[in-house]
Amino acid sequence: MAAREPDGKSRVDLRLARETRAARPHFLIGALLGVLSAALTVAQAVLLARVIAAVAMGRATLSTERSALVALGAVFAVRALVAGGFELSGRLGAARVLTELRRRLVQRLLVDRPGLEREERTGELVAAAVQGVDGLESYFAGYLPSLVLALAVPVAVLAWVTPIDPVVALIFALTIPVLIAFMILIGVGAQSRTRARWQALTLLSSHFLDVVRGLETLRAHRREGAQVQIIGTVGERYRAETMGTLRLAFVSSLVLELCAMLGTALAAATIGVQLTGGHLSLDAGLTVLFLAPELYGPLRAVGQQFHATADGLAAAGRLLAVLDRTVPVAAAGPLAGGASSATPLPPSRTPDPRDEPVRFERVSFAYPGSDRLALDEVTLTLAPGEFVAVIGPSGAGKSTLAALALGLVRPDSGRVSCGGVDLRALSPGSWRGRLAWVPQRTKLFADTLAANIALAVPQATIAEIGDAAAQAGLADLIGSLPSGLQTRIGDGGRRLSAGEGQRIALARAFLTDASLVVLDEPTANLDPVTAALIGDGIERLARERTVLLITHDARLAARAQRTVRLLGGAVRTSAPAKVVTV
Amino acid sequence: MSAFSAGIGARGSRRRRALALWRVARLRHGEGRRLALTVILGWATVISGVGLLTASGYLISRAAQRPLFITLMVAVTTVRAFGLSRAVFRYLERLASHDLALRVLARLRTGFYAALAPLGARALEERRRGDLLARFVADVDSLQDLYLRALAPPLVALLVILTTAIAAAVMLPAAGLVLAACLVAMALLVPTLTAAAAAGAGRRQAPARARLADELLEALEGSVELALAGRAQERAARIDRASQRLIRLGVRDALVGAGATTLQALGGGVAVMAVLIVAIPAVRTGALSAVLLAAVVLLTLGALEGLAPLPLAARRLSASGQAASRLADISALEPAVSDPPAPRLLPAGAALALRLEHVSVRFSDGTRALDDVSLTLEPGARVALTGPSGAGKTTLAELLVRFADPQAGTVMLGGIDLRELALDEVRASVVLIAQDAHVFTTSVRENLLLARREACEAELWAALRAVALDEHVRSLPAGLDELVGEDGGLLSGGQRQRLTVARALVSDARFIVLDEPTSQLDGPTAAQLIEGVAQAAGDRGLLVITHRSAEVAGFDTVYELRNGRLASATRTP
Repeated sequence: MAAREPDGKSRVDLRLARETRAARPHFLIGALLGVLSAALTVAQAVLLARVIAAVAMGRATLSTERSALVALGAVFAVRALVAGGFELSGRLGAARVLTELRRRLVQRLLVDRPGLEREERTGELVAAAVQGVDGLESYFAGYLPSLVLALAVPVAVLAWVTPIDPVVALIFALTIPVLIAFMILIGVGAQSRTRARWQALTLLSSHFLDVVRGLETLRAHRREGAQVQIIGTVGERYRAETMGTLRLAFVSSLVLELCAMLGTALAAATIGVQLTGGHLSLDAGLTVLFLAPELYGPLRAVGQQFHATADGLAAAGRLLAVLDRTVPVAAAGPLAGGASSATPLPPSRTPDPRDEPVRFERVSFAYPGSDRLALDEVTLTLAPGEFVAVIGPSGAGKSTLAALALGLVRPDSGRVSCGGVDLRALSPGSWRGRLAWVPQRTKLFADTLAANIALAVPQATIAEIGDAAAQAGLADLIGSLPSGLQTRIGDGGRRLSAGEGQRIALARAFLTDASLVVLDEPTANLDPVTAALIGDGIERLARERTVLLITHDARLAARAQRTVRLLGGAVRTSAPAKVVTV
Repeated sequence: MSAFSAGIGARGSRRRRALALWRVARLRHGEGRRLALTVILGWATVISGVGLLTASGYLISRAAQRPLFITLMVAVTTVRAFGLSRAVFRYLERLASHDLALRVLARLRTGFYAALAPLGARALEERRRGDLLARFVADVDSLQDLYLRALAPPLVALLVILTTAIAAAVMLPAAGLVLAACLVAMALLVPTLTAAAAAGAGRRQAPARARLADELLEALEGSVELALAGRAQERAARIDRASQRLIRLGVRDALVGAGATTLQALGGGVAVMAVLIVAIPAVRTGALSAVLLAAVVLLTLGALEGLAPLPLAARRLSASGQAASRLADISALEPAVSDPPAPRLLPAGAALALRLEHVSVRFSDGTRALDDVSLTLEPGARVALTGPSGAGKTTLAELLVRFADPQAGTVMLGGIDLRELALDEVRASVVLIAQDAHVFTTSVRENLLLARREACEAELWAALRAVALDEHVRSLPAGLDELVGEDGGLLSGGQRQRLTVARALVSDARFIVLDEPTSQLDGPTAAQLIEGVAQAAGDRGLLVITHRSAEVAGFDTVYELRNGRLASATRTP
């Protein structure tokens, strides 16, 4: 759980309010039911007061009041149904908004900006998209509807009370602003109060999580026993500190409560005075008394709901940050540049790296939030059919080069082009159709081996898949599996070694008719024997394709026609390492 | 699959959940008193509200008879006192209940950690270890307000029903009876129905939520693969279907919630109507004074407030039962290794050797991890173990610190079987730095002192120098006291790894076992790290496990492990 940014709250609040568009009808019905509920509240008080006053004044019996009692019963019943409907409309509206938010998040992460998870932590994003979005329910289904009631009920009550008893109406009208002022004070105080409480809780929680996660390490260093006591001590210290804060923090709600209670008490006393003076009927007095608690209830509820949303809003902040992140890199349609820069006309055809060179022209790139250039004016040309290895220490910008070639990120300055066409002018789909990618750790999906190889070519025949697998050096593995290509792999399936995973990535590349293969540290996690096998596969791939190989494995780089060294974001040397006759 | 992870899939019987919950809820020292205080304050809060309304009703009815206002002063004061006391009681109740929740949380954490510590994380299924640990922590957290939200409300409700029924009975016995009947029926019926309906929805929701998380995780991890294969849109649609399924179940849950709200409100209406129907004729017959009619009705309205938290409490209780039974599963596991009843002592001062003799280990699925392996690590020796991934190297390392015992053969330290030594003595003599060793969210210093509390500043710097991390630490604003972020997030992968290796040098173990200490480092820097550690280890025995044999070329002995068997050993003369 991330610590909440205090100043971010109101911004998140406003931002969320805009999200309700998706469920406007639900919230509209909710608002109408809220208004109806306010009217029924008044009706109930009026009927109840009428019956009691009539009986108390000795004028009535059960039979004379039958119609009023029936009406009262009906009001109770309708009010109960409206309350249920009000809750339901809020939750249905919330469901609508949440579906929409989650859909947009997935669209952003998978379609618009794949690879974003390198910057974010995947686990946290999943938590934000699953539990986080659920946590927002309390905002849309609890907090927003409570605002409707807090507005409708006091208005209805005041409208009814003012003509009957202007004095009490004045008391109400005076206490409400005080109440609201205190609620705002609590809201502002919440920034110190809830922050103090939640931050401490988060801190404590993450300390505990840290200790549990590091249990094996603690055991290795014989510290697991000592932690039992530390957890106890930390917990106790935290309790003492938090109670200190809470004692102060709850004072503002105490004042709020006092204000509401004394408002009711003051109203009762005032009505009493007016009754003894004969200025008011018992009927009217009772109506006003019944309405007093109804007036303050919804206002207090807003305060409670406000606190219940604290967790949801923290998650929402993270979620919205992902959604609002600058221009999608690869939005559907041409990879347009910034709004001001002239967009090149979409070309009539997608250039093919098999026939035309891929050029990096004075390309610079810095990751958002970093002031260090990952690439500094890098110029590099990949001739058609060329096999180029890019080497250099970690952090030199090698992987950034790969991401640029794939069109996953755009250069801050300079351009990446193929056959003279800027990649930004191409639709991501058509350019990606020309590419194959072999990462450091190939992701295997929970599906059959065949489906994993045929990821980009779902219509491939089994014979074609088998052929690609054989070229990637997977024939032995497939032969050893009872179900062959139909073996299920990935989560819940057969576990494959890192080397086998990399060969699947190669097989994927063989199966597509990709003309540019980008490999990013394909042998980083492999032992030398397996790495050599992968190297053989890469050489076979390079026979008919342009290959950009990122690696820090010198033996693998030696297989390339040309080696480029990248140091601190700039190309230092670009000399042919060896010449291979193709 | 371990018993714990099995327990997560299985729902567990209602009885088992109740038992587990009882074990958590059983009050410990001082908690009973605090719970009682919380309940009494909660009751006093509701009763003050009831009192305020009742007294106001009386005041107004009496005032309508137009007595001298002075005679109403007692009622006016009572009304004000109730208004004041309600606010004060509410304040005190919140303090008391938060205090209790925090105490319970501290107790639960210590208790469950103490149960988990001897088991180690390997008691959990490997693939989902991280998830399960996070789940465990979340479960403990969710139980903290068991008293606050699940157990206190029913007790408060019971007291409120008793008090208000008696108060109503004093005014009119029949009204007391009717009120008690209505409130008891509501208190039992609404929460039971809600809990039953919610439990069903919750049971279906949990797998749907897990399914969505799995789908999302898989797609995010492979987002680039999917995008390049042109399959991203299709995946997004698949995730959307999983999301819709979850939302639909949520809608069912919403229907239950709305039903409960309606039922609760209806119940309130029935109670008021019933009291009216009993009270109106009683005014006629004189059994109930006319001034008390409004009071009785307002008393009923006020009492309903005490029942309001019950449906939520019932749902809370059912969720807590699930969390408690998952935690009980952990407490029930047997540790894989434990101290012998009468541990032997290592001979003092002698130069001891660490030896594996004909050791075999099987994985839980029956495949062999190690097959008849013998290996010796002498003091001062530099030994390497190489081999492809999955050859059993890590399993071997864990035997040396007795995280597990072999099924055949023995592991000996100074000629004594490790199983005859105290665990503490084994791990004081042999230190293992695992490949995924944890970096704690604290300072560099604390992360190093973990290995030996009493290490002095100079020793820490020496260790950092040996792993070539000293310059970086010196460049940090706070030096050794710089915080390293969550899970060492402020360090690079390589720096994290160097820090964990430095711990081995800080410790005073006679033998150091490093499991893949260079997996995050580039070729040349990796070789430097190994060399630095080999020099700094002095007369201690060093075993380095790696799949890159070039790094350990200068070692005394290099063993190669293939498919669980020692394939060859190269000795440098």
